[in-house]
Amino acid sequence: MQVKIKTYGLPPIDERIVLLYAGVKKAEDADINLIRDCAKEYLQTAGKVCYLICPIEVSADQVSFTFAKVKSKSLSQRLNGCNYAVIFAGTIGIEIDRLIKKYSLLSPSKAVIFQALGAERIECLCDIFNGEVNDSVIGSGGTTKPRFSAGYGDLPLEFQREIFNALNPQKHIGLYFTESLIMAPSKSVTAVIGVQAESEILL
Amino acid sequence: MNLKNYIKNNLLIFDGGMGTLLQSKGLKVGELPERFNLSNPTAVQQIHKSYFDAGCNVVTTNTFGANSLKFSLEELEEIIKSAVENARIAQKNSQTNQPKWVALDLGPTGKMLKPYGDLEFEDAVDVFRNTVRLGVKYGVDLVIIETMNDCYETKSALLAVKEECSLPVIVSNAFSEDGKLVTGASPKIMVNILEGLGADAIGVNCSFGPDKLMNVVDEYIKYSSLPIIFQPNAGMPKVVNGKTEYDVSPKDFAVSALQAVQKGVKIVGGCCGTTPDHLKAVCEILKGVKPLKTTKKNYSTVTSFVKAVDFEKTPVLIGERINPTGKKKFKEALKNQDIDYVLKEGISQQEKGVHILDVNVGLPEIDEGAMLEKVVLSLQEVCDLPLQIDTSNPVAMERALRLYNGKAMINSVSGKEESMQAVFPLVKKYGGVVVCLTLDENGIPPTATERVEIAKKIIGVAKSYGIDKKNLIFDPLALTISADKNSAKETLKAVKIISEKLKCKTSLGVSNVSFGLPSREIINSNFFTMALNCGLSAGIMNPYAEDMLKSYYSYLALSGLDESFDGYINFANSLPKKEVVEVKIEGGSKDKSLEKSELQTAIIKGLKNQAYKITKELLKNQKPLDIINGEIIPALDYVGVGFENKTVYLPSLLMSAEASKVAFDAVKEEVSSSNQNKGVFVLATVKGDIHDIGKNIVKLLLENYGYKVIDLGRDVEPKFIVDAVVKYQAPMVGLSALMTTTVPYMQQTVKLIKELAPWCKTIVGGAVLTEDYAKSIGADKYCKDAMEAVRYAEIVTNK
Repeated sequence: MQVKIKTYGLPPIDERIVLLYAGVKKAEDADINLIRDCAKEYLQTAGKVCYLICPIEVSADQVSFTFAKVKSKSLSQRLNGCNYAVIFAGTIGIEIDRLIKKYSLLSPSKAVIFQALGAERIECLCDIFNGEVNDSVIGSGGTTKPRFSAGYGDLPLEFQREIFNALNPQKHIGLYFTESLIMAPSKSVTAVIGVQAESEILL
Repeated sequence: MNLKNYIKNNLLIFDGGMGTLLQSKGLKVGELPERFNLSNPTAVQQIHKSYFDAGCNVVTTNTFGANSLKFSLEELEEIIKSAVENARIAQKNSQTNQPKWVALDLGPTGKMLKPYGDLEFEDAVDVFRNTVRLGVKYGVDLVIIETMNDCYETKSALLAVKEECSLPVIVSNAFSEDGKLVTGASPKIMVNILEGLGADAIGVNCSFGPDKLMNVVDEYIKYSSLPIIFQPNAGMPKVVNGKTEYDVSPKDFAVSALQAVQKGVKIVGGCCGTTPDHLKAVCEILKGVKPLKTTKKNYSTVTSFVKAVDFEKTPVLIGERINPTGKKKFKEALKNQDIDYVLKEGISQQEKGVHILDVNVGLPEIDEGAMLEKVVLSLQEVCDLPLQIDTSNPVAMERALRLYNGKAMINSVSGKEESMQAVFPLVKKYGGVVVCLTLDENGIPPTATERVEIAKKIIGVAKSYGIDKKNLIFDPLALTISADKNSAKETLKAVKIISEKLKCKTSLGVSNVSFGLPSREIINSNFFTMALNCGLSAGIMNPYAEDMLKSYYSYLALSGLDESFDGYINFANSLPKKEVVEVKIEGGSKDKSLEKSELQTAIIKGLKNQAYKITKELLKNQKPLDIINGEIIPALDYVGVGFENKTVYLPSLLMSAEASKVAFDAVKEEVSSSNQNKGVFVLATVKGDIHDIGKNIVKLLLENYGYKVIDLGRDVEPKFIVDAVVKYQAPMVGLSALMTTTVPYMQQTVKLIKELAPWCKTIVGGAVLTEDYAKSIGADKYCKDAMEAVRYAEIVTNK
């Protein structure tokens, strides 16, 4: 069970998604200009993911991974029929946190945009990785389930500790968590992707 | 044999990977490898012995994660004791005859340090200290700090080692694909920080295979005066037949090791995936190979955690504005612990193009050490420039240098014995480039020659402390010409001699020269040009003084230092156009139905510059309070109502709020004490939580509506919040929490407020909260957004 690392260059920022995360339903020029100003200052163009693939056993209210067992009906439902899981952690790094901090002091409107921009970037990273998993699994005749994170449904946030123990993202991608289970850098995601596959997954 | 002497003339070979070998000897997934020292000592001894048998000089103890965050102190002691014993037994049992040593292995804590994580810097130092103390107790020969991917944590570990023992210490960092640490430091920055803190050898490990790490090694060789260590992985992991394998063979690994040695690396070993076979191949290929001599580098450099500034050809601008001297508002801010004010001063100087920020917060009424520490930490959260720690108080200086993330500039030491005795030990311990004033017990000598003599004396004394002259920057002191017409000439002469004859760097506080004369900027900026022409390396200056920047950018352009004139052109384009103040707003009168004034339109559209200019214009004819109540507040209300009705969205609301704040500031400049204080509102993000955008938005809006906001920041203890409520007799307090894990602290805080400050209304908000939940924890009010908080505050204060 080896943890692997991938670095992805990210595509251009999708302004529509940033607007969505910033809660802007009808954008005006000022909103778009604000996003463009922020995007100019955001220089990070890559994100990192570390992951592992492990066989799982799913019962009605419990999922057994090789590294831990967790009681959760929601996760069991989501992983129903799966025999593998891809457990991953992704982050776009610390730069966005510095910008959010700086602008929450100087210009909260920009801070809100950076917050939304960071959310767009990390989701974009997760989508790229998830897409690769889907392609690989579906290509060899299997199926995947949408990704699921600790804190969703009844899957306790504490499960984050198990994920961190298994992935050691501190070492691999510089992702940490605090005693309150807040991730640092903040624009980061950990999640489980359920896989139903006949053969071993190659990724 | 003495290790430090050995590596002067010999290559040193470290061992290779431990983790995969432990797994092959039965370590289970999830089992902590450090416990294997106790549960299966023979296996650990065998691995160590196989590395000694392969010809390695140093094995590292199996203590990568052995720290007091993971283990109790009792268990930690048992682990380290057995880990050192295991290595020593292997050393005894190995029959090969190369010199052998045992290194204590220190890996990262696994936690991120504040401000982005939750581990305090000093707590990190203590965690490492516990491990080092035990390693020393059980007799290791040296310490290796390795696989660190954050420069701040690396600093905490190295400080712990240096404070706990005098053993040789090697520091090795793990780099990402972009050639930087995950928190952004480049190899050049690491070289500067670690040399400054007194590491004996530095370099890289883990990260990738040898080929990909070679660029990082090149950078180390370019900048480092210390021996360099190189311990890459055996390439990248691949799964072959269900087993993990690394893709670089022992033979190829050894060839890369040889290449690294030929470039100047002195210490070679392996990290993940390397085996005794890899190291055996390394020892064989390096047999008889002599290391290159480590050469001293003469760069004068200061750094933050992501930026390095060199005092080389291009002169450096040091912003002088973080300093209370002669600034009433700044003094007030310091007295009121208004750190935000200081931070904004830092950021706006950065926007003016300075390369380093001078930080001076000395005031008789305040605890300078505590304030300097706080300002340095806070500045480093929002500004990535290197800082110049400016204080005459050695205690304050040490507190700041200790917590500073980077290699600081230090201001200052003089030729006085007392000054050198106080400052040089700090420079030696924490690293840094120190400004040396050419004065001594007899004051400032009048002639350049005498000032140069003092400089020479300072160089000698610094050397006796082990401080190289590349880390000294001489300030030959600019005195006012109105007192002595020749004083500028002598200063310039001293700059020239120090840079040309002593081959040292220089800096000057430029502005003194014109004291007592009218239109000082003219003199200052021309003196600055003259000084630059004499070879001045850095100017401590006011970046808001346009003439100074004109001198600077012209000098760069005229002396061939501005490649393609980008610096000059950008500066020229940034100069304000000479035209009449434009207060007309496009579209301002379009929306006739709203009948908004120009100021209101500017606020509604979020145009900060316009809002400021128009307010200034209005103040010529209108009373400040009329502008606030008749113009600003209604405009803000208009946007606020739009937000509540969901026709205006958060970014627009905030842009308007920022514009109205600027308008308020313009009013405040006219009337120093604005009587717009509707009441005090204490605001905090609760303990355990580090999110603060929501809280800051609430703050901005409340301030706009005339409330005095006491912002306690984030991750705030319940007791601290209650103390502030009591101290300010605040009628209301706002608490923010974004995580289910931190809401319990919100509950504790509310409870404590109900006990100790029962008059105070508690307002709670944050992503995970609901109306019902707020009720269940006893809060008076749940607010779903900032406008609702404003509305509730108005109800509370109108009662």
